Amino acid sequence: MKRFVMLVAGVLAAWMSGWIALTILPRQQLATVQAPAGLAPYTPAQLAGRRVYVADGCLYCHSQQPRTADFGPDGLRGWGRASVPGDYFYDDPHLLGTSRTGPDLLNIGVRQPSEDWHLIHLYQPRALVPGSIMPAFRFLFEVKDRAAPGDRVVPVPPQWVPPGKVVTARPEALALVAYLRGLNRSYQASGEMGGHHGQ
Amino acid sequence: MTPDGLPVSLEDRVALRIAGDRSVRRVVMLFFGSALFWLLLGSVFGLVTSLKFQWPDLWSDTAWLTFGRIRPAHLNTMAYGWSSLAGLGAAVWLVARLTGTRLLHERLALASVLLWNTAVGAGTIAILAGQSSGMEWLEFPRWAGVILAIAGAPVGLSLLAMVRRRTLPHMYVSLWYLVGAIFWFPMLYIMANAPVWSGVDQAAMNWWYGHNVLGFWFTSLSLGTIYYLMPKIIGRPIYSYQLSLLGFWGLAFFYSLVGIHHLIGGPLPDWVVSVSIVASVLMVIPVVAVGYNHHMTTFRHFGALRWSPTLRFIVFGAVSYTLVSLQGSLEALRFFNRVVHFTHYTVAHAHFGLYGFVAMVLFGAVYYIVPRVAEREWPYPRLIFAHFWLSVIGFGLYFIGLSIGGWKQGIAMLDASRPFLESVTVTLPYLASRSVAAVILTVAHLIFIGHFTLVALRCGPARTTPAVLRDLPDSVPNS
Repeated sequence: MKRFVMLVAGVLAAWMSGWIALTILPRQQLATVQAPAGLAPYTPAQLAGRRVYVADGCLYCHSQQPRTADFGPDGLRGWGRASVPGDYFYDDPHLLGTSRTGPDLLNIGVRQPSEDWHLIHLYQPRALVPGSIMPAFRFLFEVKDRAAPGDRVVPVPPQWVPPGKVVTARPEALALVAYLRGLNRSYQASGEMGGHHGQ
Repeated sequence: MTPDGLPVSLEDRVALRIAGDRSVRRVVMLFFGSALFWLLLGSVFGLVTSLKFQWPDLWSDTAWLTFGRIRPAHLNTMAYGWSSLAGLGAAVWLVARLTGTRLLHERLALASVLLWNTAVGAGTIAILAGQSSGMEWLEFPRWAGVILAIAGAPVGLSLLAMVRRRTLPHMYVSLWYLVGAIFWFPMLYIMANAPVWSGVDQAAMNWWYGHNVLGFWFTSLSLGTIYYLMPKIIGRPIYSYQLSLLGFWGLAFFYSLVGIHHLIGGPLPDWVVSVSIVASVLMVIPVVAVGYNHHMTTFRHFGALRWSPTLRFIVFGAVSYTLVSLQGSLEALRFFNRVVHFTHYTVAHAHFGLYGFVAMVLFGAVYYIVPRVAEREWPYPRLIFAHFWLSVIGFGLYFIGLSIGGWKQGIAMLDASRPFLESVTVTLPYLASRSVAAVILTVAHLIFIGHFTLVALRCGPARTTPAVLRDLPDSVPNS
């Protein structure tokens, strides 16, 4: 090639074609998506927990996108119906995820409604799920001699706590659990978007 | 005009080349030196990330050492620190060579070194401090992203000025890729960081960016480098100009459409996913064109692999480009994607691209370029030999182990009669072999970084002959 201008024009055209096809057109199509009636906006506590989820990188092992039966047994595993665009109406940043080193979490609030379960599991996953390779999040907790008034004491099984100590949850742990327990997309999907997801 | 149709005589071109090499010395050494710093840090982050799978309680009292922060710190230091800065260093040198000019506006190029490193440093610290944006490949928070978005502009202006003032009228194929990369990266990165996305269209944007940055930035810098160094070392022209054209424009127009194959089965309009699957398959055309072009250039000249350290790395990278791209097309097909999506198989594939292809090409480029701009040879060819083989063995162990483990993980996950935890358990031996690989790769990088430091500080024996792995045959020109 000899013409610099032609090269640059082609370079820009290639970029534009992908940008329009993959981001602008879907955005136009999805602009009509409404929040489903069964989906409430995140509460301030849940939003704070969502920030902990992002900061500590839960998304690198957990997806939030159950898929249809022809893609996998997500429904049979109790992960919920296939998700639709409206399920993510309040999500920024999106947390669809690309990995399932752990299970999908879009409906974890339905499967595990217990606050105690989540707190123990975050402090020491192996206390509840033997064989789990999820990291322990001990930095979200404090280990003390005795609980102060107002502390949320976590009933961790004794073999996982130093003798004579109690485990209390920091505010970040409580916020994260508020977010996880709120993850619930079990209402009826009114999806007109996305072909086979509309059933 | 000279007899070969060029406006500059051969003697003048040699003089231009020497002057060009000297003119970029400071900028190229700073790009490479800082890239190697990030390579060291990124290797440590990668190793820690991998060890977390064996010891999930390791350092769990410390927030910044948690898996979910170290992992993106590894990706971002390796991608935007090591690969990008090494690629930019190679690009500066290549543009000086291919345009027959000296470096123009050195201060602009130096400003880019400073800005780019500032952005990577600030962004990485922010990730470790818990300020990640939460989107893969875009984890730097917006305030650090702004620095990265503008960091390449000064050196980009310097390089474009050199292209406009080139003394050789023809733009060689390497320049197409480099000019493309200079425009593509900032446009992608700025658009991806624009605060206008949320929900599902943000996911589409995320993976439009996440895959384009591979093709339009890392791949383009690396292919531009291969296209120059491969024929240069062998002493033969590239096999086919037409295939070069097909490879470049095919990449430009097909690669820009492949990103949404990361969301196959996800909650997006089906047609967007289908567009990306079709484009992923069409990528076979430019990939085969480039692969055939490279292969036919080296065909019957593989003997040079015996002595040229650079060619070993470059040919390994070129072969990886072909294979990883074909593998990527396969992974985009629904029947295959069903198994490997969400598994470690994808992680192995990503390292095939960014290590087997990009990093290996950049290693080769550093080995070739440094002696020419620093005017000092690598003192110990045996260290290059050790680096090459440790990288090959470490990468091979990484890729083969994790591919098998990921495949088994996918099969287990699809079988509803097996509990989910089985899909974790089957991967454990392969996650352990990945940690061994991470140690081997870190040692390889330490050797490389140490060797570079010797050259930069002018330590060790000063060689007067090229640092080759075996004695050169008499027929080889030394340029």
